[in-house]
Amino acid sequence: MVKPSAMVLLAAAALAAQSAKYGVGRPPTEDEIRGLGLAIAPDGTGLPEGSGTAVAGREVFAALCSRCHGDKGEGGIGPPLVGGQGTLATAKPLKTVGSFWPYATTVWDYVNRAMPFDQPGLLKPPQVYAVVAYILNLNGIIGSDQVIDAKSLPKVKMPNRDGFVPDPRPDVGNKTRAKR
Amino acid sequence: MKDSGPSSRRQLLRMSAAVGGGLLARPDRPRAAEDMPSELGAPLGPYGDRSPFEKAVRWRRDTKTPQTGSSFTPLEDSVGTLTPSSLHYERHHSGIPTIDPSRHRLLIHGMVERPLSLSMADIRRLPSVSRIFVLECGGNSGSEWAAKTAPDVQRSHGLASCSEWNGVPLSLVLTEARIRSGAAWVIAEGADACRMERSIPLPKAMDDILLAYGQNGEALRPAQGYPLRLIIPGWEGNANVKWLHSLKLADQPYMARDETAKYTDLMPDGKARLFSYQMEAKSVITFPSGGQTLSSPGLYELTGLAWSGHGRIERVEITTDGGRNWAKALLQEPRLPIAFTRFRLPWRFDGREAVIASRATDESGYVQPTRDALIAVRGTNSAYHYNGIKLWKVHADGTVTNVEV
Repeated sequence: MVKPSAMVLLAAAALAAQSAKYGVGRPPTEDEIRGLGLAIAPDGTGLPEGSGTAVAGREVFAALCSRCHGDKGEGGIGPPLVGGQGTLATAKPLKTVGSFWPYATTVWDYVNRAMPFDQPGLLKPPQVYAVVAYILNLNGIIGSDQVIDAKSLPKVKMPNRDGFVPDPRPDVGNKTRAKR
Repeated sequence: MKDSGPSSRRQLLRMSAAVGGGLLARPDRPRAAEDMPSELGAPLGPYGDRSPFEKAVRWRRDTKTPQTGSSFTPLEDSVGTLTPSSLHYERHHSGIPTIDPSRHRLLIHGMVERPLSLSMADIRRLPSVSRIFVLECGGNSGSEWAAKTAPDVQRSHGLASCSEWNGVPLSLVLTEARIRSGAAWVIAEGADACRMERSIPLPKAMDDILLAYGQNGEALRPAQGYPLRLIIPGWEGNANVKWLHSLKLADQPYMARDETAKYTDLMPDGKARLFSYQMEAKSVITFPSGGQTLSSPGLYELTGLAWSGHGRIERVEITTDGGRNWAKALLQEPRLPIAFTRFRLPWRFDGREAVIASRATDESGYVQPTRDALIAVRGTNSAYHYNGIKLWKVHADGTVTNVEV
């Protein structure tokens, strides 16, 4: 049986195909779009249902993350996830989720798409929410029982949220501009 | 060459044993006509290999996980302006995926009227273009921020390579999908294990970005994104998403990990530059360069490579006295925008120590800065987009080293 939604897509495609210059390709299926639904915007667009807390996240972290990032996110084979706040303007800056990352949604997006390193895509959304809550909690950004979900995650204010500026280049080489 | 006598001698012996049955006791001895008839060469083959005497290879810094990291093009062994696909630099985040092109699709979705799923065959039906572009990692020459600079040009500048890329203008495909008003960014995603993601501003996407499936006359190599990647002229390599399978039109940048936590430039005041995609004018002398040796005083041809993400190279100047005097180098034509430009200058090495360097100016009038000038503005912790002048020291005995500061 063809599902109604697929029929709507096919009908829309038939209309759209008439207006396309080259007319190559076909409309994506819903499964194809869902399969690529990884991208999470800073306003939370794309975040799935589910929720988690740091308490729940501690277990997931211990099972899957600590072997590379240390028990408390202090780092190991993988980079440290905690610490470094206040170091960015020093001679030895330590860039971590807590000290550098401007958006909590990026943590969700990256954990979901790229972690664990050797099995990316392993975690289900509630586990991702929980692990992200745990990492944020390790950095002192949220409480251990604060529920992180699609609504609350984009509202988390990261310590370095205002630490980024537009690219001002050319900032150096133009000052020695040669005669032409 | 990095390989010294003994190994190439062994190679010669092995070869002569294989083809000559041991008749050649001294393989380096010129063969006299009366000694023996000529040996037949190797038969024809389906896919070529280079001479076994050629040894240039990519250099890879050890990482804790072999699927991540980067490998560097041996620029000191390069001639001309194109990089062989086999020696193109690599930067991977979760290994090189094996992708069957007959199953690979590119989805264009999000803020478009006409979401599209394109097969590789669909993409290859579209009008194509071929363009020669340099591709440079945003972290290339990151070694040079430190006082202990890299010892050779492969390690200091080898995250840059130049290829002919073949593909379809991205603007054509986006137009085909009919972009909705309000869309301002394209979120690109690769099919590698970590689904590498970057946000690209729509004006650049509609300007000169390529959906590339070809490199140097054949399909992309797997390490370069087979079967499909973005080629973004003049922008840092990381944004040129490989193994491309998704383009999502959006009204905002997605602030991916590789455009916030990474590939942002931390300034001395603790602020970091965001979306610093552009690669600026740069050059380096590849001969003589660190690790090489001039066998004796006499006449040599200094040569190297210059490029700019902003267009053509207008001028390259060379100093052989540590920066006091600069002479204009000869530029190999054609000078293509955003491509390697080979420069050359005859030089007589008189057996006295000399500090040599090159300085590029691009068509925008931008002049490649000194390391000191860069650091005065950006400090030493910005990690990316280093394009300072690179000094080499030719010692009295002809050996060449980097200059530590």
